[in-house]
Amino acid sequence: MESVVFIFSLIDCCALIFLSVYFIITLSDLECDYINARSCCSKLNKWVVPELIGHTIVTVLMLISLHWFIFLLNLPVATWNIYRFIMVPSGNLGVFDPTEIHNRGQLKSHMKEAMIKLGFHLLCFFMYLYSMILALIND
Amino acid sequence: MAQPGRPPAASGHSSQNGAGGERYSNGPVQNSLMHSSQMLDGQGFSSTVPGLYSPQIPTKVPVHPSSGQYNFGGSQNVSPLSNQGSGQTLNRPPVGPISMAPLQHASSVSQMLPPSQNSAAIPSSSSSFVPGAYPPALSNWQYGQTPMSQPTGSQTNHFAHVAGTLSTQPLSSSGSTNPATSYQYTVSPGGPPLQNSYMKPGSVPPPVNRPLASAFPPARPPLGPPPAGGPPLVRPSATPVGPPNSNLPQPLLNSATNQEAGDATAAASDGSLVQNSYDAIEGGGFMATTYPSPAPQNLKMGRNVGYSYPTLPPGYQNSSSPGAPGMQSSPLQYPAGPQPFPQPALGTNHITGSMGGLSLQPEGLRSINLLQERNILPTTPLQAPIPNLHEEIQKLNCNPELFRCTLTNIPQTQALLNKAKLPLGLLLHPFKDLSQLPVVTSSTIVRCRSCRTYINPFVSFLDQRRWKCNLCYRVNDVPEEFMYNPVTRVYGEPHKRPEVQNATIEFMAPSEYMLRPPQPPVYLFVFDVSHNAIETGYLNTVCKTLLDNLDLLPGNTRTKIGFITFDSTIHFYSLQEGLSQPQMLIVSDIEDVFIPMPENLLVNLNENKELIQDLLRTLPQMFTKSLETQSALGPALQAAFKLMSPTGGRISVFQTQLPSVGVGSLKSREEPNQRASAKDIHLTPSTDFYKKLALDCSGQQVAVDLFLLSGQYSDLASLGCISRYSAGSVYYYQSYHHQHNPVQVEKLQKELKRYLTRKIGFEAVMRIRCTKGLSIHTFHGNFFVRSTDLLSLPNVNPDAGYAVQMSVEESLTDMPVVSFQSALLYTSSKGERRIRVHTMCLPVVTTLNDVYLGADVQAITGLLANMAVDRSVSASLSDARDALVNAVIDSLSAYRSSVLSIQQPGLMAPYSLRLFPLHVLALLKQKAFQTGTNIRLDERIFTMCQVKNQPLIFLMLMTHPNLYRVDNLTDEGALNINDRTIPQPPILQLSVEKLSRDGAYLMDAGSVMFMWIGKNCGQNFISQVLGVPSYVSIPQNMTHLPELETAESTRTIAFISWLREQRPFFPILYIIRDESPLKSSFLQNMIEDRTESALSYYEFLLHIQQQVNK
Repeated sequence: MESVVFIFSLIDCCALIFLSVYFIITLSDLECDYINARSCCSKLNKWVVPELIGHTIVTVLMLISLHWFIFLLNLPVATWNIYRFIMVPSGNLGVFDPTEIHNRGQLKSHMKEAMIKLGFHLLCFFMYLYSMILALIND
Repeated sequence: MAQPGRPPAASGHSSQNGAGGERYSNGPVQNSLMHSSQMLDGQGFSSTVPGLYSPQIPTKVPVHPSSGQYNFGGSQNVSPLSNQGSGQTLNRPPVGPISMAPLQHASSVSQMLPPSQNSAAIPSSSSSFVPGAYPPALSNWQYGQTPMSQPTGSQTNHFAHVAGTLSTQPLSSSGSTNPATSYQYTVSPGGPPLQNSYMKPGSVPPPVNRPLASAFPPARPPLGPPPAGGPPLVRPSATPVGPPNSNLPQPLLNSATNQEAGDATAAASDGSLVQNSYDAIEGGGFMATTYPSPAPQNLKMGRNVGYSYPTLPPGYQNSSSPGAPGMQSSPLQYPAGPQPFPQPALGTNHITGSMGGLSLQPEGLRSINLLQERNILPTTPLQAPIPNLHEEIQKLNCNPELFRCTLTNIPQTQALLNKAKLPLGLLLHPFKDLSQLPVVTSSTIVRCRSCRTYINPFVSFLDQRRWKCNLCYRVNDVPEEFMYNPVTRVYGEPHKRPEVQNATIEFMAPSEYMLRPPQPPVYLFVFDVSHNAIETGYLNTVCKTLLDNLDLLPGNTRTKIGFITFDSTIHFYSLQEGLSQPQMLIVSDIEDVFIPMPENLLVNLNENKELIQDLLRTLPQMFTKSLETQSALGPALQAAFKLMSPTGGRISVFQTQLPSVGVGSLKSREEPNQRASAKDIHLTPSTDFYKKLALDCSGQQVAVDLFLLSGQYSDLASLGCISRYSAGSVYYYQSYHHQHNPVQVEKLQKELKRYLTRKIGFEAVMRIRCTKGLSIHTFHGNFFVRSTDLLSLPNVNPDAGYAVQMSVEESLTDMPVVSFQSALLYTSSKGERRIRVHTMCLPVVTTLNDVYLGADVQAITGLLANMAVDRSVSASLSDARDALVNAVIDSLSAYRSSVLSIQQPGLMAPYSLRLFPLHVLALLKQKAFQTGTNIRLDERIFTMCQVKNQPLIFLMLMTHPNLYRVDNLTDEGALNINDRTIPQPPILQLSVEKLSRDGAYLMDAGSVMFMWIGKNCGQNFISQVLGVPSYVSIPQNMTHLPELETAESTRTIAFISWLREQRPFFPILYIIRDESPLKSSFLQNMIEDRTESALSYYEFLLHIQQQVNK
C-alpha cells in the first residue's frame, strides 16, 4: 500500500517538475521577448490550477497516509499555491496578468518562484524515490 | 527651449494636425531656425518657457542669420545688460527663484573674478540663484581629461581659443560674467599642420583630424581657486598620429554582426523580410550597409558638442602664460593617466571642480529650513531644473515638457539612489503638439546596429565615417546618404544633419517599419440610448458637435466612420451609398453578438457625408420615446470590436449608467456610508471582462475612449480598464444633464471638439531606451506593455502623458552622462508612417549632494502620484497615503543624516526639494487620495485615471492649483501673443491668509477655475469686469464673464482664455462669493490651510519634522 502511495507521488512529482520547467521556460521566453505578455500569461494561467491540484493531492495523500514529515514539508508550498490563487484581484486575468507582469519586477519574482518550486520538487522527487524504494523493500 | 529649430511650442492645440513642422527632405530646406541662436534671447531652456505651454510665439525668437553655423549661444552672450546685476552669471535672466542657471555659468564666474573682486561678489551672488556649485571638492575635476592614447613623441600644442575676444575683455574686467567659450584644442596631429588653432568666436571648431582610436580629450578648464596666476592653459592632448582613415583597420561592421536587438524577426538588413510583429518593426528595419569610404584625410569631424568646453575667462588666459602656471597649477595639471573615458565628447560641467575656490554657497546647495521660510512658492510657474551639462549639449537637449527625469543628476549606483530615497523615473509627453518639429524624409534611418537607438545629438562621431552609440557604446558606420547634409547642402558633415542637431525629430518611416499598409483613420461612435441616456440629453450635444466637426476629423480621403447605438439591444446603422436615409439594423441577441452585415457599417466619410449628416441630425430624436432602461455595454463593445478589428482605429463610447445586461454587466459597489473609511472602497475592477476586451482591442490596433456621463455610480474602476489597456482616454462628466447642469454641456462641447479634431496616431508602438546600466521596471499610463520595453498604443493622442520608473542595474562608472530615448512609431491620420524620437541626456553624479541638487520636484511629485495610484489599487488608499508621506520623510531624513554636516534645528530641505512637502501635501488633498466622505468613488477613480494619463504640467496644476489676484491686473510684464496682451499676475500661495476682502482672486485648478470675489472688492472690478452693479447682485451660479468694452474686462478675459487655451480640457469658470455653495470646493483647494480631515501645511511640516528628527 505504502509503495503505491509513493509511486503515485513520484509520478505526480515528476509532472510538477515538468510544469515548473515549463513555467521557467515560458517566463524566460517572455523575458527575452520571444513571446508577448498576452500569450505568455494565457499559457501559464492554464497550468496554475493543474499545478495547484497536483500539489494539493500529494499533500493530502501524505496526510492521509500519515507521513507527517513529508506532509509538513509540502504544506507551506501548497498553502502558498492556494493563497496565491485566491488572492488574485477580481479584475486580473489570473495569477499571471499580462498587464502587470512587466511592472514592479513581477516577472522576476515569478521567475524566482518557479525556480524555488523546481528545487523543492526535485528535493521531493528524491525523497519519494527513496521512500518508495524503502517501501518496496519492506513489502 | 534651447533646442534650435524648435522654438517654444506656444501653439494651442490646433497646431499641426497633419504634416506638422518643417520638413527636411533630402533636398534643400530652409533651416534657419534650427540654428537660430538663443543668445540674443538671452534665455535658455527655462526662460523661454515661462508658462505652462510656452507663451512665446516663435517669432519672438530671433532668427540668427548665420544658419549654417553653429552658434555658441549663451556662452558668449556679450550683451552687457544681462550680466551686471548679480555677481554671478547670467547669460540668462533669472527667470524665477528656482530656475537653475546652467551651472557652468557659475563656475566660470568664479574663475573669472579677480581676487580683488571676489569679496565684492559674494554678497550679491549669494542671493542669486545659481544652484550648483559644490563646495570645493577638487577631486573630480580631472576627470575626462585623459587622453586615451597619447603618442609619446607627439608634440603637445596648446591653444587657448578665446571666443568672443572683443567682448570678453571689458566684461571680465567688470567682474560680470560671460563665460567665454574658449576651446582648447590641443592637437598634435600627425598630419602636416602641426598646430591647429582656432579662433572662431562662436562657431564650431573646425574639424580636426580625429584619429580612430583616440578619444578626443575635451578641454576642460583647468579649474581651481581663481586667484593664483591662472591655471595652466597648457594641456597635453591626445592626438596620435592621424593616419588616413583608409589605412586603419576598420572594423567590418557590416558583416555578420547583424544583431537586431530585441526582436527575432527584425534582421531585415535589406528591408525585405516580412516581419510579423510590430515589435519587430519598431526595432528593426535597418539598412546595414557599409559604404566604401572615400577616406577623407585629416579632415576632422568636429562635433562641437564634445570638445568645446567653456573654460577660462579670457582675462585669465591672456594674462597667464602657459609656461608660468601659478601656484595652483601643479595640482591642476591634467594628468594623462589612464582614465578611461568612454564618451569624451559629452561631458558634464563638473561644477565640483569649477566651483573650487568659490567661497560662496550658491542657492542650489543651500538648504532651507522649511519651518522658517514660509514664502517658498515662486510667483512664476515652476520651471524644470536644467541639467548640469555642458552648455552646448544642454542646448541640444530635449525640451523638459516632452521628456523629464525626476533626478537631473543621475546617481551612479543603485546604492546611491537608495540612499537618496528619491524615485528615479522619466515623465514623458511624447506626442505633444509642437509648433515646429523637424521632419526628416530619408531612405535610411540611421540607428545603432546593436541596440537600435536612433542617431541623436548625443552620439559621438569617432571620425567622419563612424559614430558611437550613446546608449550601448557600439561603434557604427555612418551610411553614405548620411554624409550629405540636406540643410546646408554640404557633403561630409554628418554631424550637422538635422538628426544630430535636434533632440526631438520625426522621421518618415520607410516600408520596413510597416507590417501592413498604413491603416485608414477609422472612427466608430458607440452611443448609449437607453432611457437614462436620453434623459441627460447628451446625444444632442454630441451629435451636434460631431456634425460641426465632421470636416475637421483628422484624416484623408480614406477616413471611415460608423455608428452603433445600444440599450438592451444593439443597433447598427447601414450607410450604404444610394440609400435615401440610414438604415437601422437591430441585433437583439446580446449573448452572441454578430455583425448583421459585412459592409456599409463603416463607410467612407467623404463619399457618404450626406447620409452621415442625416443620421447625426436624426439620431437624437430617434430614441426620445425609448423606455428601455437596461444597458448592454459589454455586448455593444464586443460588436464594436468585431466591426473594427479588420482595420483598427478608434472607438468612442458614450455611456451614462452602470452596464446591466449581457457580458460585462456590473453591480453597484459604492456604499455612500462607507466612503469615509479609506479601506473598503472598491478601486479594483470587479470583472476582467473589460481588461480582456481591451487587450483584444490592443492586439487589433483598436483604442477605446470612454465618455462617462453619469449621475449615479457607474463603476469606472471596471469600465476604465477598457480605455486604460487599449491606450484610450477617459472623460467623466459627473451628473451630466442638459438642463440641470448647463456648464457641463459647454465643457462636453469644448472637450469633444478638441477630442475630435486633435491629432491622432494609429497603430503606434513606443519604445523607451536608456543607456546600458539603467533599466526601466515599471510603466505608468494608458497602454499595454507588450514586451519588456515596448508599449503598445493602438492610438496615441497629444494629450496623453506617460511615466516610467527606473533602477540602476549596473553601476554607471566611467559614464559622464547617460541618455534616454523614446521612439514613437505611428501612422498619421494622413496615412504616413512616422517615427517621433526624443532624446535626453543627463549627467551622472557620484555624491548624494549632487543627487539632491538635481532633483526635479515636480517630476518627483508626478511620479510619486503615479506610484501612489498603483499602491491604492494594489494595497489600499491609506497605504498609498502613508507611502506618500514616507517619501517626504525618508528623503528629508536621508538628506539630514547624509548631507548636512551640521545638525541644525528645524526641518532642513535641499533647495531643490523645498516644495516637496508642499506638493505631497497637495497630493494628499487631491481628489484621488483625499480622505473624507465628500468625494464619490467614480470621481476619485477618474482623478486617478487622470493622474496616470495626464502630462506632468496638468497633473501639477490639478494637484497644486495656481492662485492669482485678478482685480488689479496690469499690462506690466504682460505677454504679447498675436496682438493680444496677456497679463501675468504673480502666483500666490494657496492660503486664505493671502486672500483679501478687497480683491478678486482666480484659482486655476486645471480642470476647473474659481473666481472668488471678496466682499469689499472694488466697485470698479465688479462693474467693469463682472458687469453687475454691486457685490450682492452677483448671481449665485455665474459661470461666464461678460465681454465688456473696458480695459479691465479685456485683460481678465484675455488672461482666462489664455489659461484655457493651453490645455486640452475645458475648465469651467465658477464665479463665487462668500455665500456660494461652491465656496467649500474653493476652500478645499487651499492646500496650505487646514480642512476638517487634513493637516495644514505648517502642521504637516511639524509632523514631518518630528519623524525626521526621530
